[in-house]
Amino acid sequence: MSITTKDVEHVANLARLELSDSEKEQFTGQLNAILKYAEKLNGLDTEGVEPTSHVLPITNVMRADEERPSLPIGKVLLNAPDDEEGQFKVPAVLE
Amino acid sequence: MALNDLRLHDVHNKLNSKELSVAELVGASYARIAETEPAIKAFITLNEENARQQASELDKQLQEGGERGLLFGLPAGIKDNIVTEGLLTTCASQFLSNYNPIYDATAVRKLKAAQSVTIGKLNMDEFAMGGSNENSSYYPTRNPWNPEYVPGGSSGGSAASVAAGQVYFALGSDTGGSIRQPAAYCGIVGLKPTYGLVSRFGLVAFASSLDQIGPLTKNVEDSAYVLQAIAGYDERDSTSANVDIPDYTSALTGDVRGLRIGVPKEYLGEGIDPRVKEAVLKALSVYESLGATWEEVSLPHTEYAIATYYLLASSEASSNLARFDGVRYGVRADNPSNLIDLYRKSRSQGFGPEVKRRIMLGTYALSSGYYDAYYLKAQKVRTLIKQDFDQVFSRYDLIIGPTAPTPAFRIGEQVGDPLTMYLNDICTIPVSLAGVPAISVPCGVADGLPIGLQIIGKAFDESTVLRAAHAFEQHTEHHMLRPQL
Repeated sequence: MSITTKDVEHVANLARLELSDSEKEQFTGQLNAILKYAEKLNGLDTEGVEPTSHVLPITNVMRADEERPSLPIGKVLLNAPDDEEGQFKVPAVLE
Repeated sequence: MALNDLRLHDVHNKLNSKELSVAELVGASYARIAETEPAIKAFITLNEENARQQASELDKQLQEGGERGLLFGLPAGIKDNIVTEGLLTTCASQFLSNYNPIYDATAVRKLKAAQSVTIGKLNMDEFAMGGSNENSSYYPTRNPWNPEYVPGGSSGGSAASVAAGQVYFALGSDTGGSIRQPAAYCGIVGLKPTYGLVSRFGLVAFASSLDQIGPLTKNVEDSAYVLQAIAGYDERDSTSANVDIPDYTSALTGDVRGLRIGVPKEYLGEGIDPRVKEAVLKALSVYESLGATWEEVSLPHTEYAIATYYLLASSEASSNLARFDGVRYGVRADNPSNLIDLYRKSRSQGFGPEVKRRIMLGTYALSSGYYDAYYLKAQKVRTLIKQDFDQVFSRYDLIIGPTAPTPAFRIGEQVGDPLTMYLNDICTIPVSLAGVPAISVPCGVADGLPIGLQIIGKAFDESTVLRAAHAFEQHTEHHMLRPQL
């Protein structure tokens, strides 16, 4: 499996990154080298092996569904690049 | 002995006996920073005004008498991916150059409760991605032992600052070696706790299944004290382990008689600098002389660890870093034409090259058609790597080897070759994938650059790791060596 500049453009779009032509060229080469290296995993038989997502024997961590105070809106908006009427402001979503 | 060479416990005693004030201690820290920072560049942000004010308040408390905790008044540095309320937290990224957190990470909250003094925020590879600090978007930190060399990474600022005597201890984070490797390169002690022992709440996530906060210190005893302060269950971290926290310092008995040590042949084979191998073998002979035994063992899936790690960590990173969109925090790009364009422009301008590379790799590995071949395959291999450790630990108490295959490399030497850079992590990454604790302690110097010994333990058995590390320190002088600055 080898990835092309077209694949890089597709993945950049999924990742919401805008790459320059030289970045595209560089990443195509570097990602190919890294993925080629990663192909060594195919040499291992993992038939019947369970995947590990993390090492702790913990699943579905629950807590009581009780109301708790949340952060004050004014504080939450302190780092917002733009806000209006207590909300994060973004450019128009719909034309 | 210079003030900044003292153990935490000695400083604590001097404060208690009023031989020293917190203001003097904090003043000495900033004086040392003024003297050494131009050469080292360990910090991104200093907290001087607040720290001096806190110092005078703590001195008032001291006047009132009473018992003080061990970290009371002690100058500490915090890696810049651990959030600190009201104190700039950039992750060494341009994206967060203006980010002022509105809450403290749990580890920081615990240090505040212990009343240590935050001196400033420490430089790192951007979003903790890198092993040399060259990926900081501000400036690279330099190795105090030789400024032409990297301090390691990603907690390079944390390691360099402690090694240069600017702070008494620092917090770092370790995903694939980011505490242990810089500790080795800078000749200090770095501990990566068991996954889940220290809360990740407020640690800006890189790879959530691997990230762990831990201490960087000048010696093992100090490491135990800092770990004691930050370890413990936290309901705000859903992978926090609800385990009893032992008294770590009581483990520092100096007695390693009867300890069974496994030495993986894969960690001393091809690609390991002969000077590193020699230092590790010498360390093993110290353990033998103290009544421990060692044997060669095998962790047969070691050669697959780096590929596994880069697929898993990058996949997790691509998901975690999706939150940086220029909407709620961080730097927003100017003049976007629509919302998608705002995301795209902000992310493209805000992230540096290594971060983009890993987001690309991770997005690819998770994308439709490749998920099974890359991400799922890597998760299965992770199981095999973890089983390697389980098997060795069924017969041995500890695993010992080098922390890194070589001493520090020159700044610029490996830039542009990400794969070679990734191979530096061959001895630390498998440990992270297995989630077990490990410490790096100084075990020698080669051509003026320190070498680190890695001591790996069973899950949640930090006590045995610290005991073995401390015993080694008691019988060697490597940890006493200081860089000439």
